Amino acid sequence: MSNAAQGMVIIGAGQAGVQVSESLRAGGYAGAITLLGDEPHPPYHRPPLSKAWLAGEIDAAQLTMRAPEALARKNITLRTGVKVSAIDTAARTVTLSDGSVLAYDGLALATGATPRALPVPGADADGVLALRTRDDASAIVSHLQYCDEKGLPVVVIGGGFIGLEVAATARKRGLAVTVLEAAPRLLGRVLAPLLSDWYAQLHTDHGVGIVFNAQVSAIDSKDGHVTAVTTADGRRFPAGLVIVGIGVTANDSLAKAAGIECDRGIVVDACAHTSVPGVVAAGDCTARRLPDGSLLRLESVQNASEQGRSAAAALLGQERSFVATPWFWSDQYDKKLQMAGLSSGADHWAVRGTLASGAFSVFHFRGGKLIAVDSVNASKDHLLARKLLDAGVSPTLAQTADTTFDLAGLLEK
Amino acid sequence: MPNITYIEPSGQSVTLSLPVGWNLMQGATANGVDGILGECGGSCACATCHCYVDASRLGELPPPSEGELAMLANVSSERRPNSRLACQIKVSDALDGLVVTLPPTQE
Repeated sequence: MSNAAQGMVIIGAGQAGVQVSESLRAGGYAGAITLLGDEPHPPYHRPPLSKAWLAGEIDAAQLTMRAPEALARKNITLRTGVKVSAIDTAARTVTLSDGSVLAYDGLALATGATPRALPVPGADADGVLALRTRDDASAIVSHLQYCDEKGLPVVVIGGGFIGLEVAATARKRGLAVTVLEAAPRLLGRVLAPLLSDWYAQLHTDHGVGIVFNAQVSAIDSKDGHVTAVTTADGRRFPAGLVIVGIGVTANDSLAKAAGIECDRGIVVDACAHTSVPGVVAAGDCTARRLPDGSLLRLESVQNASEQGRSAAAALLGQERSFVATPWFWSDQYDKKLQMAGLSSGADHWAVRGTLASGAFSVFHFRGGKLIAVDSVNASKDHLLARKLLDAGVSPTLAQTADTTFDLAGLLEK
Repeated sequence: MPNITYIEPSGQSVTLSLPVGWNLMQGATANGVDGILGECGGSCACATCHCYVDASRLGELPPPSEGELAMLANVSSERRPNSRLACQIKVSDALDGLVVTLPPTQE
């Protein structure tokens, strides 16, 4: 191995990988930076895929996150359509699927996540699709057109964010949509029950059929193409397209094979270090170890960007911890849900504004302490919530519910 | 197609002919203009496509929505009276020749 600077290698050219590459340059790194993407496309924005892209409102150029020439100007070498087959952390090399070997001084893993497959017979039929990549979304668009032409309904399996956003977009295109949810409510892992109910009503009002406690047992097909979804209670839901939105698993197999600690994700600390010196990780592929020893998995743009910045700093020998309040958003119909903090374990709730007005926020408390705020068409509340949560400031339940009370004033004390 | 001029943080100016209906964030990112992140992809959720619009033409733009006004409170660089989010400004023939200046930082 030569001693000459071999540079930084980043596996994954999504939000996190691009952020690592640019933050390395912004941080003064002058060596070679190689950004490896396994998709054929240059870096693109994923959030519009389930919305404007599916609705046919934007073209591929409008999805661009960074044009290749923008990366080239920063002397970042982008290689698309490249798969990595192995990492040797002792030799500090990565082996590509074509057999070639790249040496590195520092390595960033930004390998993302993969949608969970539906574990039922027939799930490999044509027209049973998950949404993660631009190519996934393009396949969904052509099946939406197919449903439109044949007058066939769309069945969405999983009432999570992706499934509900696709349901909203399919309705916008005038298609019949049924959502099959395994739990007794929508978005059960992330929303308070009153918001789950509110979202169920929103979708019902837009003509979506929602079936709770639905256990999908089989996918029926004819000539290889999906025709229906069957549930354990024997009901049959005809479909020309089935969207599977039942969560993702972190892409950690490369890391695991290289001996890097993984536990349902590549384990990182607050500064994005993995268990192996010289290797950092960022974004959907990670599981962050919290001070109490538990692991936190976040799948969000914020996590990708912020952890990407931390990962770049770590490769440059600096400590930049990312512990800010998590935030997330989801656009469905004309409603923008913005979430700040993590609401699990909440024991009290207060609503600011009224649910009926369509613009309100639900504040989540645990032991009297504010832990999360979910805002619908209330961006101002959302940003204020992030500040309150970052500062560890908690209003009372009564102050929260009183819209004449100035919550921002609590920050000044 | 209308021309839009971006002034990058370095002072470099870039003029692009953009299709009507695109937003100014898309025009910048698709063409490699430096100084815009657009992390949320144009959902008005991240405030990383902050720009300063030529003040003399500010009145020609549709006014910011409540959501945009709220997000503008969260920009990293100084917020000015002519601050807008590029993802919320759609290219139209009327905006031909518009100049937007990108702030020193978006993060």
